[in-house]
Amino acid sequence: MSNKALSAKHEPLVRIVKRDGQSVARRILVRVVAIVLALVVDALFIYFVTGLNPLDVYRVMFGGSFGSKIRFWWTMRDLVTLLLVGIALAPAFMMRFWNIGGEGQILVGAWTSALCMVYLGDKVPSGVLFAAMAITSIAVGALWAFIPAYFKAHWNTNETLFTLMMNYVATAIVACTVNILRGQASSLGKLNKGTKAGWFPRIFGQYFTINIIVVVLLMVLMYVYLKYSKQGYEIRVVGESENTARYAGINVKKVMIRTMLISGAICGLGGFLIVGGKDQAISTATAGGRGFDAIIVAWLSKFNTFIMALISFLLVFLENGAHEIASNYSLNDFAADIISGIILFFILGCEFFVNYRLVFRSRAHKEGNGNV
Amino acid sequence: MLDSAIQLKNLTKTFGRVVANKNVSLEVHKGEILSLLGENGSGKTTLMNMISGIYYPDEGQIFVDGKPVDIRSPKDAFDLGIGMIHQHFKLVDVFTALENIVVGRGGKLDLKAARAQVTAICEKYHFQLDLDQKVYSMSVSQKQTLEIVKVLYRGANILILDEPTAVLTPQETEHLFEVLRYMKADGKAIVIITHKLNEVLEISDRVAILRKGEYVGTVETSQATEMSLSEMMVGQKVSLDIGRSQPMNTKKRLAIRHVSCVNKEGVTTLDDVSFDVYSGEILGIAGISGSGQKELLESIAGLQRTQEGASIEYIADDGETKVQLIGKTPREIKDLGVALSFVPEDRLGMGLVGSMGMTGNMMLKSYGNGHGFFARRKEPRKVAESVMEELGVVTPNLNTPVRRLSGGNVQKVLVGREIANEPTVLMTAYAVRGLDINTSYTIYHLLDEQKRKGVAVVYVGEDLDVLVELCDKILVLCGGRVNGVVDARHITKEEIGLMMTNRREGAVGNVK
Repeated sequence: MSNKALSAKHEPLVRIVKRDGQSVARRILVRVVAIVLALVVDALFIYFVTGLNPLDVYRVMFGGSFGSKIRFWWTMRDLVTLLLVGIALAPAFMMRFWNIGGEGQILVGAWTSALCMVYLGDKVPSGVLFAAMAITSIAVGALWAFIPAYFKAHWNTNETLFTLMMNYVATAIVACTVNILRGQASSLGKLNKGTKAGWFPRIFGQYFTINIIVVVLLMVLMYVYLKYSKQGYEIRVVGESENTARYAGINVKKVMIRTMLISGAICGLGGFLIVGGKDQAISTATAGGRGFDAIIVAWLSKFNTFIMALISFLLVFLENGAHEIASNYSLNDFAADIISGIILFFILGCEFFVNYRLVFRSRAHKEGNGNV
Repeated sequence: MLDSAIQLKNLTKTFGRVVANKNVSLEVHKGEILSLLGENGSGKTTLMNMISGIYYPDEGQIFVDGKPVDIRSPKDAFDLGIGMIHQHFKLVDVFTALENIVVGRGGKLDLKAARAQVTAICEKYHFQLDLDQKVYSMSVSQKQTLEIVKVLYRGANILILDEPTAVLTPQETEHLFEVLRYMKADGKAIVIITHKLNEVLEISDRVAILRKGEYVGTVETSQATEMSLSEMMVGQKVSLDIGRSQPMNTKKRLAIRHVSCVNKEGVTTLDDVSFDVYSGEILGIAGISGSGQKELLESIAGLQRTQEGASIEYIADDGETKVQLIGKTPREIKDLGVALSFVPEDRLGMGLVGSMGMTGNMMLKSYGNGHGFFARRKEPRKVAESVMEELGVVTPNLNTPVRRLSGGNVQKVLVGREIANEPTVLMTAYAVRGLDINTSYTIYHLLDEQKRKGVAVVYVGEDLDVLVELCDKILVLCGGRVNGVVDARHITKEEIGLMMTNRREGAVGNVK
């Protein structure tokens, strides 16, 4: 078979082949291997670059989220904040409506909550105050999403640019408000420090317990909404193809606007929860980039809200861990970021090996079950 | 004896667990036209993709001019003189023919020399091509000619044509075959992939047949008949009889009057179209692609905005109740009790949701039924099960995204759903495009069955042989106007072909 020998020389070194019919066990195995590999590569980095004992560093990193009871509480707090935004963005992205404006929708929600706290805090009973905060936040968040949705539905404007620009408007409004509220003070600080009006009641010792409860509830509701409701079905059809949607008799404009109202309303609610339950303060950093991080959360999970919770946890865990390493070993932030970045890289990268395998030249003729 | 131009030995290609090609060996000689025949999913495209460098075979060897070669990219294929003419043309619309021919060629751009060369090629093989015409103003057949000239200009000696006649009128097909014969006489090796058995018999010297990824054999065309070829292709005897039934109890179902459409660019796509559709009849619609077929069906389905003055009236069974469809959305039409089914041309882009399984797709038009917030899935699943069983849809399960199914199965899902709606009007656009013989005949029989049940069937088709055999009446569109309605039992496809291309002034669409 001289021909074969000849051909083998010219064959491409590596070919990419799609996998089909993966078992669940295999899918899990690939991910476990990815994490182990990430830890090994990280260990090499830690040992050779920083000279520290990798196992100690890992322990510290783990401690960032699980080191103490309060740490764990904080992890949960950050997790639900991120998850909430992911839940908010999921319907929009499932409809292939690129809502990059989560950040702004959260901010305006936080803004009206803060205004209610400042101007109604000592004038109305707390029940009324909470209601006012919640309603205004949800309404203004929905409005912030409605504007780009309406333009897109009627004049086919680009929603990515539009929602993005709405973020800057929101930031400017909040910056202006904060400046007015703080007056001569150097910073605004906590709102209603004396009366604690508009602060959520403590449950299990934490103000943000209500946040956790609300988000878990929303996680289940959104899952059911997207998967089993008629409206969820419409969202999926519109996202797949507007032509198919029209063919099926779906009013595309209506679905687009309705879905963005939901998306914006939940973001606005997020602003309310952040101000009332988490920060009790307002600043331009209130949303803290979660409007963008949540895009990753929503996409990676393929809009399954339960998987969103896992991914949110992973991101928060890595961030906490990096902070902890940086402060514990007085490393600079970059070293810590590299460590968490490597883990993230492997976890995302392993998706490739879940879906594809590589066939190397030497193995190609043996019908390789070869994987990497 | 003829020299071998390209030879394939034991080519095997697998995708995951699917064996697309298994030990395929065949040979094409210089100065020969070989037809590659096979049902959908038989591996024709995979095989051609290996020759043109898009896939690399898992096993086996390709020889060009008797020498073993490795084709790792489309460029390698080009360098070996292999040229592929795809079904979907790869041309730049705003360029002229000549610019399209030279674009992408390395080195210095010398339009003058290129023009001389291209002109020589055109003369040699009798191509009719205006080198200064822009592509956007070309007809489908002109674009195809351009693609062939382009490939020849780049030095191709082995030409592969993927279903070249699918979009052509009989006259254009005849011209293409003429050109192919000139090229054959010049010693080019030509592989032509097609579904149409009569064309296979007419043009090719030999026929190679694939079945389910395996090479069945090569036969001399002179010793083959349509029956023998289809048997080799399918592996069993197939009946090539559409079995058209006589129309019974026909009643006027749709009265279409003065329908005109203008597209976004301001071009008139439908021009004052008027005709009637009867229940218990199949009305065929013939025309060169882009003559207004799509706009016509979409106007009826409530998906197309029409110009002022148009009227589409639906007449219910009692002959009294009339419903105006113009200005209604598909949902409104359905809510008015008009059971209108529509199999659009763009199956996955309009008729189905590619990412959903069969169950999800069965819900597409009925998900809103019933009160309450949640969509019901039980009935759609039952419909999906019965469609799968009755039409023999091959799918791993009811939730496998339909995008992953083969073209024939995708169409079965779509047609199955539209028939399950128990329509009174059933419109289909290119219902059998890209489907194999067996599936095509399944669809013809389904349509005829619907007709016998008293459904008014509208069949937009491109294969004139089928139109003549399947339909009762044929409406011919030409440039957005009705060029006449003819009795399908008393007309030849050549006559229809002429009506498709020659606008008849003052033609009024009416059968005596």
